[in-house]
This record gives sequence, structure tokens and C-alpha cells, in this order.
Amino acid sequence: MATEGLVRPGIAAGPPPAQWAIDAFAGRHRYRLLEALPWAAAIAAYFLFPSYLPLGAQILATILFALSADLVLGYAGIVTLGHAAFFGTGAYTAGILAANGWGEPISGLFAGAAMAALIGFVSGCIVLRTTGLTLLMQTLVVATLLYEAANKASWITGGDDGLQGMEVWPIFDQFRFDMFGRTGYLYCLIVLFLCWYLARRIVHSPFGRSLTGIRENVRRMHAIGAPVRRRRLIIYTISAAFAGTAGALIAQTTQFVGLSFLNLERSGGVLIMLIIGGVGRLYGAFIGVPLYMIAQNRFSEIEPV
Amino acid sequence: MSVETPAAVNGPVLETRGLCKSFGALTVADQIDFSLERGARQALIGPNGAGKTTFIELVTGGLPPSAGHILIDGAYVTELPQAARFQRELVRTFQINALFRRLTTLENVTLAVAERDGVAGDLLRPSGRHNRVIEEAFALLETLGLAEDALRPVNALAYGRQRLVEIAVALGLSPKVLLLDEPAAGVPSGESGLIVAVIERLPTDIAVLIIEHDMDLVFRFARRITVLVQGHILVEGPPEVIAADPQVRQVYLGERPHGREAR
Repeated sequence: MATEGLVRPGIAAGPPPAQWAIDAFAGRHRYRLLEALPWAAAIAAYFLFPSYLPLGAQILATILFALSADLVLGYAGIVTLGHAAFFGTGAYTAGILAANGWGEPISGLFAGAAMAALIGFVSGCIVLRTTGLTLLMQTLVVATLLYEAANKASWITGGDDGLQGMEVWPIFDQFRFDMFGRTGYLYCLIVLFLCWYLARRIVHSPFGRSLTGIRENVRRMHAIGAPVRRRRLIIYTISAAFAGTAGALIAQTTQFVGLSFLNLERSGGVLIMLIIGGVGRLYGAFIGVPLYMIAQNRFSEIEPV
Repeated sequence: MSVETPAAVNGPVLETRGLCKSFGALTVADQIDFSLERGARQALIGPNGAGKTTFIELVTGGLPPSAGHILIDGAYVTELPQAARFQRELVRTFQINALFRRLTTLENVTLAVAERDGVAGDLLRPSGRHNRVIEEAFALLETLGLAEDALRPVNALAYGRQRLVEIAVALGLSPKVLLLDEPAAGVPSGESGLIVAVIERLPTDIAVLIIEHDMDLVFRFARRITVLVQGHILVEGPPEVIAADPQVRQVYLGERPHGREAR
């Protein structure tokens, strides 16, 4: 765990005065100027790349998805290949509501998050009893089950063809989802910001610190009396809620949900993006996701010879 | 289920009655009647494989006993799981360091103190605001001479100092009973003086039981010694008595095989 580059100004080696060490340790949660960078970049992008806003909105929502994966993988050390289960649940929830008469976006978002949290909690109760490879397999099973359920229930999900007929209402009756993606982009940006703020608070809280303890040495955590299972279940549920929110965002801004929202490629893809950017640091999502998605977008525009 | 006996306040802080543990035909604990008084300085010694670490596992709830009872402060805890026993202020250290190696020393101890204080479940307030917890953790590091390593990751410390961090983490939990499993294990002899000094300065209200092979440490530290051989207590008593006991010498020097009627 890096001490984040703090250097004592030219004092000879020796025990640091207590207050200095304590302040350095306690100040880890304070905001640093560097953290404003991604938001400044996102706002600049809004003005600089007006024709890429729909892609931008997708990137922002996927950053949220990667952030949710970072909470379980990078902080709690839970390796999962089934996170798309929660992403897809949020997407389908928001989508089904919008396709069946309730297109209000904010409540659709909350509904998606809540449904995903519920699935996260229930599956977590079963899946988190195990660790390692068994846990990985079980997360895969959960995602696969949901995929098949969505496939079979085509009367409500649209099955293979995807969910048709979504109609998302304007936000607060004011901001219509326009075809240039302006509303969508800002909507995703604001939601991402709020979720990031929340995630950051959690990560720097005593709860969040104890998660790194669980990741580093679970045996020791048991020996100091930490309720390990409960903590893992809590972060798993919170992460599922964030993933569901991300799914709902994409559903609402693209007005489409398909089975690919629940598949292995979706789960694996978010892990790859997170790993590229760096796991366990919260900003990894902000680096890996844009890099991957922009590169993918560029490559897809090159015509195959 | 726990039963508080009226003698709890004056009785031993840790007690086992007829404690047994077998894995099939292999008996690792055989009718152990053990007691540890308040503020004790006691050592558990015995040859390798005698069952000392197993005894610790049984007492802390890591292993379920095959028979017998365990009492903490007069209350039966035999049925209780590890976490509940821990809540009765029984804390152990590990023979091989079990620390958060990539985290800083201060972080290691802070995690323990935060758990004890009950603030570790706090989801929203930054941990840096819990000043009391951090200051207490730091003060603990100071008393153990680890203050200068407070912000260094544990795996950057010399092994002897890492053993001290192990003790610091245990102390951060404010135990009533402290079980130290070979605190000097793996420490080069040049550094073991540190460990000894720390153990000698432990707060007097904590009952301390150490498992050790280092006889110098044992005889310096212990006011009472329990000798464990093949899962049962061979003999118990003050250091002078144990040092002079012929059976103990047999066990350690192997003049006669153990377990036979030579007992």
C-alpha cells in the first residue's frame, strides 16, 4: 500500500514525530487536485467532440460498471466472472419498465439498481460461502442462469431479438433524450459522478479499509474478530447496485437491451478494461475503459482488407 | 450457551476440563485439565508434535474438541464459534506471521483497534476521521518501539520486527488473555532480545500464555510452566521445579521413550 509519495522535507533519519505520521495516515482520504482531471476531461469532451457523444455516454456508463467491478475485485479480492448478471439485470429492469409504459428515467434507474442489488444479495448469500476457483465458477453459473432466463422469457425480454419499444421520457420532464446524445451524455456523467463519490467514501471508510484487510489476509481478519462474510456480502450487494445502475444507464441512453448485456463477454470485457487501467485504485476504471473502448471504436472503423 | 459461575471473578481466566481431541485413531489432546490465572505469566512447552498449537486451536475455537470443556472467565464457551470467543477477549498470535504484508504497520494495528472499537463497520465516515483509533494504534507502536516503521509496509521490515507487529496487532484488541504461539520463532538470535524485552513489558493485567521452544525465553519470562507431551500434561509448576524434574529431562533428551510406563 503506497504511502502516496509523501516526503519529509530534509530531516535526518529517525522516528517521525507522532503527529506527522498520524496526519499523513489520516489524510489519505483528502481530495487531491489530480482527481479533478477525469471530470475536467469529460466536460471538455462534451464541447470538443459533439459528434461522439453517444459513444461518450457508453464510455461513462461502462466506467461505472468497471468501478463496480473494482469494488469487489480490487478492494475485497472477490474474483468474479459473472458481474454482467447485475449489469444485465439493471438494464432489463429499466428497459422493461420503459417498454411497458413507465419511461421515467430516474425512477427507472433506481429500479434497475434495486433489482440488481437484490440479485446481488441473494446470489451473494450462496456464492460467497466459497472462495477461489469455486467462487469463480459459481459467479459464472449465476450469470448463465440469468442469461437463459432472459432468453426463455422472450415474451417480456424480447429474447434473442432484444427488447423492443423502449420509450424513455424526458428527465424531470425537461431534458429530452435527443438524437445527438447530449442529454444522454450529461445524464451518464452526473450519475457516474455521484456513484464515484459514493464509492470513494466507502473505500476510505473503516469498512473499506477492512475490505483491504480481507483481501490481504482473511485468516488474520477472522482472528481480529471481523465479520468477514457479512462485510463481503455488503460490498458485493453495493457493487451489484452500481453495476445495475450502469446497465440501466446504457439501456436508457441507447433505448435498447439485448442478451449480450448478460453474457460472458460482457463480464470478461469489464475485467479486462479494469485490469488495463489498474485494479484496486478506483481510478483504474477511468483509464482502462476509455482506452479500450476508444481503441475498439477506432479499429472497428478500419475497413478489413 | 454460557453459564456464569459465582466464582468467575476470582477463578482462572482461562480453563479447560478434560479437553480431548482425536483425528480418528490419532489422539492429539488427551484429557487436558489446564488453567490460567488472571495476570499469569505461563509457558507451554513440549517436544515437537506434542500438541501445543493444537491446544491453542482448540481453545480459540479454530478446532472443535472431541470432548471436554473450555471456560473463559468461568463461562462455558465450548460450543461458541471463533468470533464469539474472541469477543470474550481471548486473542492469539500466529507461529508464522499472519499480517497484512502489503499494508503499513500503522494500518495493520489500526485495523485491529478499529474492530475492537466497533467502528470498523462504518461505511461512510473516512477512516482518517477516527482520530482516537489511529492515535491509539500509533501509541501501541511506540510502546513496542515500532514508531519509526509506522508508515512502512510490513514486508519491508526485518522479520524480528514483523514478529513485534504481530504482537502489536494482538495488543490492539485489548485482550484479557493473550496466547503467543512461538513469538520468537524464525527470529535470528540477534533480534530475539527485542521480542523478550517486549514480552516482559506486557501489561500486568493481561494473562499471557506463551508456547516456546527457546528455553532462555521461557525461563526468563514464565512464573509457571506446563509441559505437554503427546497431547497430555506431563507436569506443571514453577520454573525451578520443572528444570529439575527428571521426567522433563527424559522427554527432551530422550533417555527413555515417552508414553511408556516410565512415567
